[in-house]
Amino acid sequence: MNHPFSLLKWKALFLDWSIFKDGLLTTLSVSITALLLALLLGTIFGIFSTSKSRFLKTISRSYVELIQNTPLLIQIFFWYNGLPYIGIVLPVFLIGFLGLGIYQGAYVAEVVKSGINSIPKGQMEAAYSQGFTYWEAMFYIILPQAKMIILPPLTNVSVNLIKNSSVLAIIAGGDLMYHADSWSSGNLYWGPAYVATGVLYFCLCYPLTRLAKRLEQVSKETPKVARVSRV
Amino acid sequence: MRSILTPVNIKFLLNGLGLTLYIAVITIVLSLVLGIVLAVMRNSSIKILNRISTIYIELFRNTPLLLWILAMRFLVRIGAVNSGILALTLFTASIIAEIVRGGLNSIKIGQYEAAYSQGFSEVQVLAHIILPQAIRNMMPSLLSQFVTVIKDTSFLWAAGIEELTGRGMILMGSFATSDQVFMLFILLSLIYFTINFILSTIIRSQQFKFATT
Repeated sequence: MNHPFSLLKWKALFLDWSIFKDGLLTTLSVSITALLLALLLGTIFGIFSTSKSRFLKTISRSYVELIQNTPLLIQIFFWYNGLPYIGIVLPVFLIGFLGLGIYQGAYVAEVVKSGINSIPKGQMEAAYSQGFTYWEAMFYIILPQAKMIILPPLTNVSVNLIKNSSVLAIIAGGDLMYHADSWSSGNLYWGPAYVATGVLYFCLCYPLTRLAKRLEQVSKETPKVARVSRV
Repeated sequence: MRSILTPVNIKFLLNGLGLTLYIAVITIVLSLVLGIVLAVMRNSSIKILNRISTIYIELFRNTPLLLWILAMRFLVRIGAVNSGILALTLFTASIIAEIVRGGLNSIKIGQYEAAYSQGFSEVQVLAHIILPQAIRNMMPSLLSQFVTVIKDTSFLWAAGIEELTGRGMILMGSFATSDQVFMLFILLSLIYFTINFILSTIIRSQQFKFATT
């Protein structure tokens, strides 16, 4: 009966299943919205870092360095514990959205930057010669080609985002990890709680990891010329 | 603002930084060893070794670090700091294993064949021909993983381990004004930033060096 994985404890877990379901839904919705923010920020700053303007480059560099070189938890604590001191109290979901989006956006920016840099310069020049502006060339000519190079590492960033969303547990974010921890600290049935949580996170992340590997192979096997003509 | 940089507070934070670095260094060393073993196993032709390593890597790569940190508190009774190091090591090893495997696979098969043809044994080929080249290829990814480890140690505060982030948060509890709190956030960020920025700069100069050779 006192075994950490005894049948009784598993039964309790299934009876309280809806708590875990709520956590899973929160984790999913925070992850998806934060991913969209990260994509937006990452694309903007990634393009900035490949532009000719020194000012835009410096802004992008500062964002990436500042965010990537400080822990996510400190950033989350800043939103959660710091901002209330100047009268700004954000709901935890918004903290998850902003905190994770801004943090992971710095990684997306690096991915986008190396994707754009992998496209031969002649593509941009050819677009200019056809009368495209810089932004038109970027969105119609460069980014569609860079997509195949950007996608595999981007998928890995998404996996990291889902895993990192678990830090919300530390600020009572109502996510999967939080519910698992609070449920099991109430009844001490941590064995089943953590196993179930691990399985759920695995189910979210593993398909994406597989997808990243598939995309990587596709992008490796497709010769560059074919890749260009397909878009 | 004056009151946060008292000698007592500085010493309190520096002790936390000491623990952060201690945990990070031990984690890096241990996960390098475990990661290399896992990578060699995953590349091995012996099916069972390959299978074990694949399951391990996929399990840890697809679950959050925080879960392992919290679980290890209960699973093993080796003290808070040690169980934190264990969780960090198990998790990081799976990522290092993939980096090392990528490095090993980046070496052309001809290098192996040439070495075998010269009478090198399997271990000798790895040690003298493959690893020196592979290590050079994977150095940038490894160093950026080390930066991640230093950042990840902050999660240990969730298990009550008083590393730098934890100490900072304890200190924050005694502050009342927004000046003090923001000052503390800047100070904490600056400490992490300085260490990681130096490491990141090394990574970039390395990448540049490799790109040119």
